[in-house]
Amino acid sequence: MYKILEKDSLNPTVSRMVIDAPRVAKKAQPGMFIILRVDEEGERIPLTIADYDRDKGTVTIIYQIVGATTHKLDRLGAGDFICDFVGPLGRPSELDGLKKVAVIGGGVGCAIALPTAKKLHETGAEVHSVIGFRNKDLVILEDEFRAASAVCMLMTDDGSAGEKGLVTDALARLIDAGNKYDEVIAIGPLVMMKFVCKLTEKYGIKTTVSMNPIMIDGTGMCGGCRLTVGGEMKFACVDGPDFDGHKVDFDEAMERGRMYAAFEKHAYEKECNLLKGGNSNG
Amino acid sequence: MADLSKTKNEMPVQDPKVRAHNFGEVALGYTEEQAKAEAARCLNCKTKPCQSGCPVGIDIPKFIGKIMDGDYEGAYRVISESSSLAAVCGRVCPQETQCESKCVRGKNGEPVAIGRLERFVADRHNAHKRNGSCAEFVSNGHRVAVVGSGPAGLSCAGELNNRGYEVTVFEALHTAGGVLVYGIPEFRLPKKIVADEIENLKARGVKFELNTVIGRTLLIDELFQDGYDAVFVGSGAGLPNFMNVPGEELNGVYSANEFLTRVNLMKAYSPDSDTPIKHSKAVAVVGGGNVAMDATRCALRLGAERVVMVYRRSEAELPARKEEVEHAKEEGVEFMMLTAPVAVVGDEHKCVRALRCQKMELGEPDASGRRRPVPIRGSEFDLEVDTVIVAIGTSPNPLIKNTTPGIDVQKWGGIITDEHGKTTRDMVYAGGDAVTGAATVILAMGAGKDAAARIDEAIRAKNK
Repeated sequence: MYKILEKDSLNPTVSRMVIDAPRVAKKAQPGMFIILRVDEEGERIPLTIADYDRDKGTVTIIYQIVGATTHKLDRLGAGDFICDFVGPLGRPSELDGLKKVAVIGGGVGCAIALPTAKKLHETGAEVHSVIGFRNKDLVILEDEFRAASAVCMLMTDDGSAGEKGLVTDALARLIDAGNKYDEVIAIGPLVMMKFVCKLTEKYGIKTTVSMNPIMIDGTGMCGGCRLTVGGEMKFACVDGPDFDGHKVDFDEAMERGRMYAAFEKHAYEKECNLLKGGNSNG
Repeated sequence: MADLSKTKNEMPVQDPKVRAHNFGEVALGYTEEQAKAEAARCLNCKTKPCQSGCPVGIDIPKFIGKIMDGDYEGAYRVISESSSLAAVCGRVCPQETQCESKCVRGKNGEPVAIGRLERFVADRHNAHKRNGSCAEFVSNGHRVAVVGSGPAGLSCAGELNNRGYEVTVFEALHTAGGVLVYGIPEFRLPKKIVADEIENLKARGVKFELNTVIGRTLLIDELFQDGYDAVFVGSGAGLPNFMNVPGEELNGVYSANEFLTRVNLMKAYSPDSDTPIKHSKAVAVVGGGNVAMDATRCALRLGAERVVMVYRRSEAELPARKEEVEHAKEEGVEFMMLTAPVAVVGDEHKCVRALRCQKMELGEPDASGRRRPVPIRGSEFDLEVDTVIVAIGTSPNPLIKNTTPGIDVQKWGGIITDEHGKTTRDMVYAGGDAVTGAATVILAMGAGKDAAARIDEAIRAKNK
């Protein structure tokens, strides 16, 4: 069992938890992920590590409440326990030698992009960050990004915070203003990463994306997380989760992500009904 | 005088029509009377040919003799001297190619049903055992780490514990048992049986650390720094092979590993489980081994109306256990032999619509000695299914190799060892599927046990 030390809400659908997991914290690096199981009947879900403290032996996760499992997880608070918490899994992001980088975060993907931006900032790289959300109520980690970036642009779909527009609009402007990036790192919804890659391909800028497909074990055993990258089959859990964005088949990844959409919806409704007191017979 | 009847005493099984819709165990095991009657068929040969067919060398005539005497606990002790997983092996060993293939009675009729008798003895022991009956563990002061809690790891841990070592088993998943819990289905090997065997090891002093991936959470070098004298790697062959045909990315294509893990370890068949599984109408399973057989029978139990096993050779070459093939047929699995997939065909939603196949004929023998299947031109056809399960084998996981200096592996990934499990790195031993590639539970157990003896020797030699 793994103790939840802190829990807070970043916005109405995104929460942050600090978990007591010294062994995971000791090995964690930006880009790696964990797999957790809330309780004995729970499914295994992967979450990218948002932060870690090796001295305190803690690992921070940030999750969006999207389905039954994250809903169940969100019912727990500081002092409660998570049944299983394993990691760190995957390969760490390769950040060595980067001098000037654009870090693009979309929605809850910002939680995963932040440790990368921080690490780059700490190692002396010039970080330009672009973070995008649907509206002002969903904005998370803005201050943290500003602290880690030379330039930080906040974008919302409706213009209720920062500028109105997409992250790709902001990135195009930064590039057109003459910024020469060694690399663009994009973490967010598949469709966002796809369009960031389309943009940077035009400019010939190397782009890394972080993939988060359906998986079970996280050690290469199930093959459920397979992706097509450069025409080859890759497993996100052991070959990634970071990949060269110009080689990833995003359309295929989006279709695969919908595999259990109907089941998820049903499970989520069941979970919500339980929460309301299970009085759903009437 | 031995009973000279030519056939084995039948073991009661669940009715095929009923069991095809539940996850309860198929075979129900001998009663005491049936076990005694079967034991009476043993000739008690002086040369014990059956024992030579057992990878862990159980004294088979001796334990069968104890059954004849009604001393079932004595029979269990005889098995335990050589095997730490009797209830498991009695269920999943391919006895027809091992002990029973050597039985003299098999020359004229059926061999003695050694597997069924082993199962009877183990089940009887587990049903009647009393808590605290095991002897107190006395440590010899040395520690050994075992990587992986599958058959190789459990058998190695049990043997080292017998020899006085403090053993810690590290498991990547949230439950101990390896392939016994994620791969082999409930109806063939109830999870309770595996859990009992692991509890037995815990009671004897073996420690288990779950959710710990060696090569990620901890490295083998760190295990030595932590004071372990030796490490045994029994990490199995968990990486699924795919067919490399077009359409494998479609929704509805599973590796057998994923499908079985969802069903077995994550209990996706139970309405209480949060783990999703596709409830298919028609399923094609590609492959002919025990894993393919397990997948077909799980698919049937999840409610599929049609389950077809697609295998490129003929029935004579099916690598699966004969009993499993028979059980699957009785339950209604269709066997499509001499058929090879060439593509998975999808619909407009990128979901599986069919498995495109090609008929084969047998040509000249290949390197494996089996006749090579050769495609028949123009024989392509679409098998209409909504799910395809790929069960064409697995490869060893490269995680340990990639994170441990000094461990050499074969080109295909298997860890290189001498014949007793010693790797190219000092005090690191390995066994089971991680070394041989996908094989059987009992071979992995044999390797784990053998390596334990060598680890014992090596530690003694260092501390002389």
